[in-house]
Amino acid sequence: METAAIQLKNLTKTFGSVVANDKVSLEIRHGEILALLGENGSGKTTLMNMLSGIYYPDGGEIYVNGKEVIIDSPSDAFDLGIGMIHQHFKLVDVLTAAENMVLGLKEKGRLNTKVIGEKMRTICEQYGFNIDPDKKIYDMSVSEKQTVEIVKMLYRGADILILDEPTAVLTPQETEKLFAVLRNMRADGKAVVIITHKLTEVMELSDRVSVLRKGVHVGDLITAETNPQELTNLMVGRAVTLNIERTKCENPVKRLEIRNLSCVNDDGVSVLDNINFDAFGGEVLGIAGISGCGQKELLEGIAGLQKVSGSIIFYPVDGSEPQNINGNSPMDIIKRGISLSFVPEDRLGMGLIGNMDLADNMMLRSYNKGKSPFADRKTPAELAEKVVDELEVVTPGINVPVRNLSGGNVQKILVGREIASQPTVLMSAYAVRGLDINTSYTIYNLMNEQKNRGAAVIYVGEDLDVLVELCDRILVLCGGKVSGIVDGRTTTKEEVGLLMTSLGGAKEAEKQ
Amino acid sequence: MTYENVKKEPLVRIAKRPELSKGKATLVRLSSILVALLIGGLLILVLGYNPIAVYADIIKGSLLTGTALKSTVKIAVPLLGAALAIAPAFKMKFWNCGAEGQITVGAIVSTYFALYHVDNLPSPVLFIVAFAAAAVVGGLWGLIPAFFKARWGTNETLFTLMLNYIAIGFVKYLRIGPWMDKGQMFPKVPMFDKAARLPEVFGVHIGWIIVLALVIFIYVYMTRTKHGYEIAVVGESVSTARYSGMNVGKVIMRTMFLSGAIAGIVGWMMVCGTNYTLSDTTANGYGFTAIVVAWLSKLNPFTMVGISAFLAILQKGSNTIQTNFGIPASASEVLTGLILLCMLGSEFFINYRFVFRKKTVGGDD
Repeated sequence: METAAIQLKNLTKTFGSVVANDKVSLEIRHGEILALLGENGSGKTTLMNMLSGIYYPDGGEIYVNGKEVIIDSPSDAFDLGIGMIHQHFKLVDVLTAAENMVLGLKEKGRLNTKVIGEKMRTICEQYGFNIDPDKKIYDMSVSEKQTVEIVKMLYRGADILILDEPTAVLTPQETEKLFAVLRNMRADGKAVVIITHKLTEVMELSDRVSVLRKGVHVGDLITAETNPQELTNLMVGRAVTLNIERTKCENPVKRLEIRNLSCVNDDGVSVLDNINFDAFGGEVLGIAGISGCGQKELLEGIAGLQKVSGSIIFYPVDGSEPQNINGNSPMDIIKRGISLSFVPEDRLGMGLIGNMDLADNMMLRSYNKGKSPFADRKTPAELAEKVVDELEVVTPGINVPVRNLSGGNVQKILVGREIASQPTVLMSAYAVRGLDINTSYTIYNLMNEQKNRGAAVIYVGEDLDVLVELCDRILVLCGGKVSGIVDGRTTTKEEVGLLMTSLGGAKEAEKQ
Repeated sequence: MTYENVKKEPLVRIAKRPELSKGKATLVRLSSILVALLIGGLLILVLGYNPIAVYADIIKGSLLTGTALKSTVKIAVPLLGAALAIAPAFKMKFWNCGAEGQITVGAIVSTYFALYHVDNLPSPVLFIVAFAAAAVVGGLWGLIPAFFKARWGTNETLFTLMLNYIAIGFVKYLRIGPWMDKGQMFPKVPMFDKAARLPEVFGVHIGWIIVLALVIFIYVYMTRTKHGYEIAVVGESVSTARYSGMNVGKVIMRTMFLSGAIAGIVGWMMVCGTNYTLSDTTANGYGFTAIVVAWLSKLNPFTMVGISAFLAILQKGSNTIQTNFGIPASASEVLTGLILLCMLGSEFFINYRFVFRKKTVGGDD
């Protein structure tokens, strides 16, 4: 049998009392794409970080091409030909692609960008990349930056490539391109590992799958011989059904009317340009777009956290006079009796306080009720108990700091608090980011429950498969403009993907 | 591919340890004080004295006689007051290094009433008026950096520090200018009239009762009120505070007014209760030592009582050892510094542990 590019034997890593990897043994082979599958927190990234020299294992051995090695720093990993592309790119923004190639390399002689550019071009031609060596990083799109990262690894002679959730930031079209490149690399005999939790990608791209669950290596499968359901069961540890029940919209009532909404951020850049849409009670309105296309500003603008121009008309449930809430602070909105809930993207940085316990976090939105100078701590504590109970939050009690909970439980606390007030409008940003499959489906169900209750649900998401399954309508943002509003039942993720990358999407594409 | 990997496992690594139980963590913290005392003892030994005798003398000179005990309490009271003053600001992560100046302006205003209204106001009214004025002016002095922080995001650490020098400089001006005691050779502010001196209870001015009441007040304020909750949220995350509808600027300004006001009251106590006059050193560094107290007690008002008593004992005791052994009083400051260092260092051992090399790999050795 051919020697494996990398062989891991009983690799263990602990952080305090948390066992991130428990005696993981697996093989990475040349000329093969291995998918490392697992839910968030199952230890995929930790495992690969030990290969790239970021963490040092507490136990176990690593063999590269049959020889036991010690990887104590990223430069050790480079020397062994291991290159890792992280979720957050490690590039210097103000330098060009070519300059980033050689950053940190201890080569003799003067910096000659022409030579570097030549070498880059060779690599690009070989694998089918397209990158301008003289372009500055800050001028690049996310997908271009990712390409630079990959080329950088190849430039440095990596023949084992590890990609940590590479498609999380890409549109479907960009993903296709990336996969083509990865297949070229495989053909060239390189060993490729992609870390992912998306089953469709595993099925499409990989040759073999290694599944991790709670830090334990639970199985190796040949992709061609397995199916998504089997993989899911393996990943979660029991059989789960994965479908979102999308009910029909029962007589939708207008709750929110957004007209001519524009926003210029602190740097003077226009981030939202003349946004118009309506949100209806009893409907889930999805908002899609490449990250940073104004989703954050749009929701924060409606919530009164971001200065915007235009009008935000709120239609109360009791049928009273519609109110324009633009220019109101979050406190004004509460005081005007407007029932608007918001699950922000940054859970522990905006939605919750990590160092406070569950009960104190329940108070955040309601602490100011009543005239007494003393804070009511009983009602929030009861609410915390109720949320823990109803949403099956795993916690030692309601008096533990929220930061001690896992990501999924943190989100349950946040969503639980926001829906507890029976909101008329419920906005959520990336509500399932980083959550395991089970919790994600819990969140989808909660959104649907709110919809069925008659709330207008606005759901900003990034997983297009989910958006087209969950939402009644999808508004697509592109560069701060509304690129299109499509019917969730009839659209495809390709159509949404096109709208994400170019205004008017499909129409533009047809013209070319 | 050719490469040479003859590296060894790193000799020492730092690894996160499982969370320690509360009792064990307290044990680590207490033992860190012990380590500090041991190092301090070594220092005394190097200076050529018997550490046990010196430590015994510190205790004797600060606690065991009535006079000594009273002087110790007189140090502990303003220290505790100043620590209580900065606690809300620190909880808000507003680094108020200006308690010194806030104490000083409180003292200035109190001195004004004590010097110029002692004849036309009965003593109790004088005390109350001076108390209120000291609180308001101290609060306003604290409000200045808060306003600039809330409005323009200025750095409060530098701002509050600079305001200290202005306040102390102003005292110098008063001392050699309008408020100079004409009958003295050395330019100083006159001593207060008897009627302007705070009454004593159990041999110490009534400030100690006020400070103990403040301990309760701050505890309740920080843990039970809406304001206290707002302070905690702003301290943890400004975005969360805004998200939950708080007016962050208002919270910062209100809290700093309170912080400055309590410091101002400490200034009132210093001039009316302890020194009976105003000088450049009225604040006596309490505003800075209070930062140490606040940190060591993790902003818990009740722990502050113990810590400030402990530091007061060291300070008073060091005066005694200076007289008896000729050890410089700054030795106690060295000891305080050592304790702080050891306690901060102990936090590291609560969270992390060292892992030593177990094996060698890859090489021929």
